[in-house]
Amino acid sequence: MQATHNTPALPPPRAEFLSGVKAELPLMIGVIPFGMIYGILAIAVGLPPSAAQAMSVIIFAGSSQFVSAQLFGLSVPAIINLFTIGVINLRHALYSASIAPYLQKLPNRWKLVLAYLLTDEAYAVTIIQYQQDGDNRNKHWFFLGSGLTLWTTWQLSTAAGIFLGATVPASWSLDFTLALIFIALVVPALKDRASLGAALTAGVAAVLLFNLPLKTGLLIASLIGIVVGLVIEGRS
Amino acid sequence: MIIWLTIIAAGLLTYATRLSSILLYGKFEMPILVERALRFVPVAVLTAIFFPELLIIQGDLMLSFRNPRLLAGLLAILVAWRTKNVMYTIVIGMLTLWLLQFIFN
Repeated sequence: MQATHNTPALPPPRAEFLSGVKAELPLMIGVIPFGMIYGILAIAVGLPPSAAQAMSVIIFAGSSQFVSAQLFGLSVPAIINLFTIGVINLRHALYSASIAPYLQKLPNRWKLVLAYLLTDEAYAVTIIQYQQDGDNRNKHWFFLGSGLTLWTTWQLSTAAGIFLGATVPASWSLDFTLALIFIALVVPALKDRASLGAALTAGVAAVLLFNLPLKTGLLIASLIGIVVGLVIEGRS
Repeated sequence: MIIWLTIIAAGLLTYATRLSSILLYGKFEMPILVERALRFVPVAVLTAIFFPELLIIQGDLMLSFRNPRLLAGLLAILVAWRTKNVMYTIVIGMLTLWLLQFIFN
């Protein structure tokens, strides 16, 4: 999208792919226990192992799988379960809109594959990569590398939870690595008052709206932050 | 059977959500306001995800210096700002969290 004045060489696909894998790896510290706990929970509420694993392949969205498995356990009507998953995953529409401009020139087969891989974790590292200076033409390989790394890890850790049942003690607090990685990605990206305002407002609003059902607080807080960013940008 | 139908429908729904703008972008005129707003999506969403991780402990707001996640998170913000390095941020953040959990217990 934007070239620097000394125009660095275009990184080849293989290099971008490996950078994507490398950028995604730290996130796996949090994803592995999360996937295992999901697998254990799904079996505990009575889902057949095949269905528990199929959710990881077909839905491929951790938080919604957790909630959905619990709703299966409670035998709520399927339409409510479906609606719940849809609402929890609505934030992916924001990710889609945010990353779409960078993927516009790709052939459709790329778009179809990358959309399937568009999770919180792959989006987080990929959008930061796209927003950095440098030649963007091969960064879809970075996206593919980070997305496949997460996909493989998610499937294997789900299977480990389903079939082995073992888990990591909660006292290790490995879930906290997700927050730390998001901090490491967001803080350097706060380069002006508008983005700082957007982030702070979204963060505070997310805390205040935390108890809204179906993770809608996250979505509303993000939208409030985006509006605040626009207002600050418009005034300066 | 109903479980499988629900899973497949949920998968299609989630996929459609993820594919929506990726497929439609450029097919019609995007309002300038939306175009400008997209820049704020990553910082807003990712912050909205991590703030509660620091401040909500077991379902309750804990705005206190006895909250190890808040302190470790604040230090991590400082490290991320100074170093721009993911690995340093994780290592220092986790070590701080473990140390504080050990002290506070």
